[in-house]
Amino acid sequence: MSALLEVSGVSVSFDGFRAIDNLTFAIGAAELRAVIGPNGAGKTTFMDIVTGKTRPDRGRVVWGETSRDLTALSESRIAQLGIGRKFQRPTVFEDQSVADNLMLALKKDRGPLAVLAFRPSAADRARIADLADEIGLAGALDRKAGELSHGQKQWLEIGMLLAQDPRLLLVDEPAAGMTPAERAHTADLLIEAARTRAVVVVEHDMEFVRRLGCRVTVLHEGSVLAEGSIDRVTSDARVIEVYLGR
Amino acid sequence: MTDAAAPAPRRRPLALRHPSAVVFLALLALFTVGVTLLAEGMGTGAISTSFVKTLGKTLCLCLVALAMDLVWGYCGILSLGHMAFFGIGGYAIGMWLMYARTEIIVVQSLAAQPLPPTPDEIADGIAGQIFGVVGASEFPPIWAFAHSLPLQLAAVVLVPGLLALVFGWLAFRSRVTGVYLSILTQAMTLALALYLFQNDSGLRGNNGLSGLQNLPGLDHVPQATVSLWFFWASAAALALGYLLCLRVVSGKFGSVIRAIRDDEARVRFLGYPVETYKLVVFTLTAVIAGIAGALYYPQAGIVNPAEIAPIASIYLAVWVAIGGRGRLYGAVIGAAAVSLLSTWFTGGQAPDLHLFGVTLRWVDWWTVLLGLSFVAVTLLAPKGLGGLVDLIAARRPPERHGADLGPDQGALREREADR
Ligand SMILES: Nc1ncnc2c1ncn2[C@@H]1O[C@H](COP(=O)(O)OP(=O)(O)OP(=O)(O)O)[C@@H](O)[C@H]1O
Ligand SMILES: [Mg+2]
Repeated sequence: MSALLEVSGVSVSFDGFRAIDNLTFAIGAAELRAVIGPNGAGKTTFMDIVTGKTRPDRGRVVWGETSRDLTALSESRIAQLGIGRKFQRPTVFEDQSVADNLMLALKKDRGPLAVLAFRPSAADRARIADLADEIGLAGALDRKAGELSHGQKQWLEIGMLLAQDPRLLLVDEPAAGMTPAERAHTADLLIEAARTRAVVVVEHDMEFVRRLGCRVTVLHEGSVLAEGSIDRVTSDARVIEVYLGR
Repeated sequence: MTDAAAPAPRRRPLALRHPSAVVFLALLALFTVGVTLLAEGMGTGAISTSFVKTLGKTLCLCLVALAMDLVWGYCGILSLGHMAFFGIGGYAIGMWLMYARTEIIVVQSLAAQPLPPTPDEIADGIAGQIFGVVGASEFPPIWAFAHSLPLQLAAVVLVPGLLALVFGWLAFRSRVTGVYLSILTQAMTLALALYLFQNDSGLRGNNGLSGLQNLPGLDHVPQATVSLWFFWASAAALALGYLLCLRVVSGKFGSVIRAIRDDEARVRFLGYPVETYKLVVFTLTAVIAGIAGALYYPQAGIVNPAEIAPIASIYLAVWVAIGGRGRLYGAVIGAAAVSLLSTWFTGGQAPDLHLFGVTLRWVDWWTVLLGLSFVAVTLLAPKGLGGLVDLIAARRPPERHGADLGPDQGALREREADR
């Protein structure tokens, strides 16, 4: 299987501190991958690099069939290529309604003129309604996103990701602040999404990771410490020492 | 969710989607008719010509405040340079007004000569008249189009637009935001004002352009009438500007720029080219400001570099803050209230205040009062004067579109309450 995203030999330092150190990572076009690791391991920084927020000092980030190097592109160009991202803190537009948030994310032409002329069609409205149903916010479409609970904001952000219909989804700690039932639902959604696209999930909750039932990559001090099935990595002596053992 | 598959509901009429715009336009129309009926030019004369001009100028200030609200209140770019674009609009139209009127005077005075004047003689005559005050007698290149009204009208739009485009492109591309951007826009205004203050800038230095209230070839029309023409034009421009801004801030474009205001990084990750959006809004509002200035200065009669001083743009931000940013009528209310009050206080009409044996003269103390109001609004009532409208709106019963609440729905349903 050829990779959709290939990160090779990437390093980045902040004021001399190596947050990512010669990291190599690849994911296929329809694959679910969990990324775990202790605080400060570089998981969020890894996502920053892929999405263009942070420029790596060294290394390549190669995307898609055409093997484009993402390190030279702007954040918005990268997002337009089909990389969607959910942040660690829920970041929705609190001053706007749930429907507006979803409409903003909906996969459409992003240029100013197209947006100025945009009128939602019946199909667009139906898509928004379906998404809202899927994330349990069907009754809240007219509410301001700022009034939602923490968990609901997480949902809304996941809904926005799905509305973008990206080829690669980067999800940072999606289950934080959710009830056990909500976590189960989130895991199901992510598994479902990964049938047709690549999904990278960063998560601390091992229960959640186990439920995803996918390959796991363990990051430590900015590089890959171990990779494999959940049972293999959890029995790895080094992983236990730096992460699980504490 | 039940009606997900149903066709999209028909768009509600504009009046229902934007009731505040309908109220605003109706009030503006009433105001315009009322002033016309009371003005010297056409009506009873209860309103003096100079006050008609003050009201017309106020409408232009409301228009530039709308632009400021669009760029700051909606898009989050605290530009402290928009009065520079306003001033440029005034200079652009002022050049034609001054040229064309001087040309008529020069041609008349040369007509007494035995030989008909050559075009060179006329041009020299005009240049001597206009640039005598700065000790020059030739037209600087910047006046190349001053003879043509259409070209100078084009300059009203193009010069502020191009300046904003170039400045914005440089600033936004380097991701200058927040207070740094504000400082940069102040630097731009200051540089422009200092340049215009120089006698060899070609725009008459600190004398500026004057006599702009006289329309070339229309000397027989009394100022009482001319003032009404400009008043109507200003009201029409404000109405059109309001509709344009409404179109921009409602719908998905408005959603995107408010999202940029609240979290621009997040908007980038959704794939929107944030810098392009900012540039579009910055340039559009600069053009609106230029048009407002082109209508303002013929009513003021004079435009000089002091009008472009950095403080003018700061006042503009203060008006919008006091009026309530992020809502269009807020900007209009703020600009109208503060600029009219300012005219009243600084015009010496306000009675002096005698406190504990000290006399407070408003001419001096008005700025202090304005500063204090600004601080008070920022700290205590961030919604500004426009927030008062919410109090009225909150008293109306929620619109239920004919549906009753149902037996077990006695309390307000949430989506109705915060509609
Ligand atoms: N912009 C930055 N400037 C300086 N240091 C940074 C920056 N971003 C990240 N770091 C540092 O890089 C290291 C990796 O951070 P990162 O946020 O990627 O960790 P993480 O694996 O996501 O941790 P957590 O599980 O706590 O979210 C941390 O030590 C962090 O302090
Ligand atoms: Mg993190």
